[in-house]
Formats: sequence, structure tokens, C-alpha cells
Amino acid sequence: MTSPGYDVVIAGAGIVGAACAAECARAGMRVAVIEAALIGGGATAAGMGHIVVMDDSEAQFALTRYSQVLWNELAGELTPDVEFEACGTIWVAADDEEMAEVWRKKKYYEDRGVPVEILDARALAGAEPNLRHGLAGGLLVSCDSVIYTPCAARFLIEQAQGRGATVRLGCAVVELTGRGARLSDGSFVPADLTVNAAGTWSPMLTPGLDVRKRKGHLVITDRYPGFVHHQLVELGYLKSAHTLTTDTVAFNVQPRRTGQLLIGSSRQFGVEETEVDPGILGRMIDRACEYMPGLRALSAIRTWTGFRAATPDKLPLIGPCPGHENLFLATGHEGLGITTAPGTARLLVDQLLSRPSAIPIEPYLPSRVYQESPHV
Amino acid sequence: MSEKVSLVINGATVTVPEGSMVSAAVAIAGVTPFRRSVRGEPRGPLCGMGICFECRVSIDGRAHCRSCQIPCREGMEVRTGD
Repeated sequence: MTSPGYDVVIAGAGIVGAACAAECARAGMRVAVIEAALIGGGATAAGMGHIVVMDDSEAQFALTRYSQVLWNELAGELTPDVEFEACGTIWVAADDEEMAEVWRKKKYYEDRGVPVEILDARALAGAEPNLRHGLAGGLLVSCDSVIYTPCAARFLIEQAQGRGATVRLGCAVVELTGRGARLSDGSFVPADLTVNAAGTWSPMLTPGLDVRKRKGHLVITDRYPGFVHHQLVELGYLKSAHTLTTDTVAFNVQPRRTGQLLIGSSRQFGVEETEVDPGILGRMIDRACEYMPGLRALSAIRTWTGFRAATPDKLPLIGPCPGHENLFLATGHEGLGITTAPGTARLLVDQLLSRPSAIPIEPYLPSRVYQESPHV
Repeated sequence: MSEKVSLVINGATVTVPEGSMVSAAVAIAGVTPFRRSVRGEPRGPLCGMGICFECRVSIDGRAHCRSCQIPCREGMEVRTGD
């Protein structure tokens, strides 16, 4: 290519844009990343940083597992401030019905090569003594891990920069044309290919994109080392997290390297306000304390909210945007963007360079949901 | 005449007038520091009114209690220097 600009310009330096930038640069492309605010300043920094293999669908499993393996390959290179901890996840079963789900989940994971371990009630209590008595058991997924998300995004951006990428902060992309990116200061960044990795802002750059905000709340506590050892998620989460119509909360607690605990989670559609909602926050904390009564005695030092970029079928949009020349999408990761950023980046660059992919890309192609364009 | 209460600070019994705050008892016992910062620096009470969080100690196994806001109770176990 002989254009005077870049091979690719990426709108957004959240975890997904950052991973895409690093992957493009690794493939030898000339990369520009444009970020309106801070690196990892949107859903990335608002999220927990749980790298988790999920099984809602085969496509979700394939992308989370592929990405989780890529994270583990990268773990040795991550700087200490990324706080990568291979703490594993325990899916907590409250009753016999949920324990049946643990056994189903065990088979699903093992059939696909993910090592897991069933914990009975006694083993669960031994692994996490601060869980309440009387829980049925759980499923330990040891290969899951946690990271400190803003530093992870920054690490990936610095990787890209180390391979020649240009990063521009504090200036928004206002339009992705087929020839590059027009910025809010009136300048134009010419590029052969453009990538919309703007998360919840992606519909502003690509009108018609069905990516909606799904609000979440989190709490972080003071330092209580050893209070929790694994990322703990209630299996009831499977029942609560996927309804599209109502506000839901679930027990979801994460130990940080600092000894702090992140306490979640909540999901709300149709809410634009960034303020902490005391009603939802109260429900969320009550739910957490049902599972872990000792949380009541701990000090929370901060609460905040964030917005996930949700698609109707709960899968991200990765690939060419129908009807838009030279435009690719890497958005709509909802609550799994931290997990699936490396896999997303790999699949995106496979498409940019017409390389074969390690997993089938069809479930993530934007063409499945994005049929029409006002610009055709 | 005020009543006295006895509490245990880092294993040593300390007796103070009833109504004394834990921070006062720790100070009377001459124990320093109250706590250590994340980077290991010594810390002690600054504001005395529950705002600065520098006087935190463990009380009966519960970490991060603001000692300037908690009255001494008979038999209380206090640990400092964490």
C-alpha cells in the first residue's frame, strides 16, 4: 500500500482497541489509535477485570476460551502493575438445583478441554471459609484469572507503541470515512482501513449499530488480605444476568492483589444516568452479604458505575461492517471485553490481513445483525 | 468517680476510664505505630474525628477500625501496627 497515512486507524483505546492496536502493530501494520479521553477510561476501567471462560453459547465459549489461553500466554510479559492473578473462578451453587448445573457445566468444560474441579459443600467451605454455611458446592475453574484493567489497557497500548503505533489522546473521532478518521479538532488521519472499537460510543461513529448501554455498579473495599481467595460468582447469575428486560443483581466478588475486594454485580438497561443508584446498590450488597455475611463488617471505600456495550445476541461484533467501505467493527463485548480482547484482536487482524483464524469467525461477524446502512 | 475498663492491646492489658476511646488507650499504652501505610510507613491519629482514617487498628479480629471513634469495652482485643 502506498498511501501517505496509516495502514489502520483505530477509534477507541479501551481494552479492545488497545488489544487490536497491539495485534495490528505485531503484524507489521502502521497503526494509529485515537482516544477521546483516557486509555481504558470507559467500560474497561469500570469493570472488574475477570478473565473467565463462559458457556452461554458455543460461540461465547470459543471466544472466551481462545482469549483466556492468549491471556495466559501473555501473562509472563505483563508488568507488575497489571496485577495478573491466576486465582481461578468458583461458580457457587446455593442448592441442589444449582449443583445439578455445576455437574452439567463440569461436563461441558471437560468435553472442551478446560480442566475443572467439583467442590462439594465441605470443599467449598474449605476453599472459601467466609462463604455462608449451607451452600451446596461449586465448580472451580482454575485457569481463570483477574487483572487490573486500566493498566492492562495501558500495557497493550505501550506494546503497540513499542512496535511503532501512534497514539493520540484527548481528541475524539467524529467520523470514520472509507479513507481514515476525521477528528474533533478538524484534522484528518488518513488510513487504508478503519476500526470502530469505541465500545458504548461505537453507535455514534457507525449509526444504526445496535449496541446499547448496560449499566453496572461496583464496590471496592479497604484491604482485607485473605478474606477471599478466588473470584466467586453465584450460579444464580446464569438465571439473572441474561434477562434483557429487568434490573438484576448477582453475587460476584473478586480478590485483588492489594487485599481489596471488588463486590458486584448489577445490570440495568435503559438507564443513561452515571450516578450510583442507591436502590440497586443496596440490592447488590444485600445479595453479596447473603452469600458472604462477613462482608457487612468490612469497609467499602468507593462505589462507581459503568456502561457495558451490549448487543442483542450477547456476542461481540468483530469484522467488516456491511455497507461501509474499509470499516471494521470490534465492539459490543458487554461484560466480557476484558476476557475477549486478545481473541477479538487476533480475529480482527486475521480478517484485515485475510489470514485463517484459529476459531470460526462467523458467530461474531457484524453481518449477522447489521444489515442496512444509511450510507450505501 | 469514673468506672474503669480493661482491654488488651497487642497482648498487654491496659486499664482506662470508662468512655475512653480506643485511640486514647493505645496512646496511654505508648504503643506506636497505630498502623502502617501500604508502603510500610508508620501512621497514627491525625484528626481525632473519624475523617483521616490514619488511626485504624484491628479490634476483636476486625481490621480497619477507626480507633478514635470507638469507645473501649471490657475485654476488647486490639492489635496495632498492621
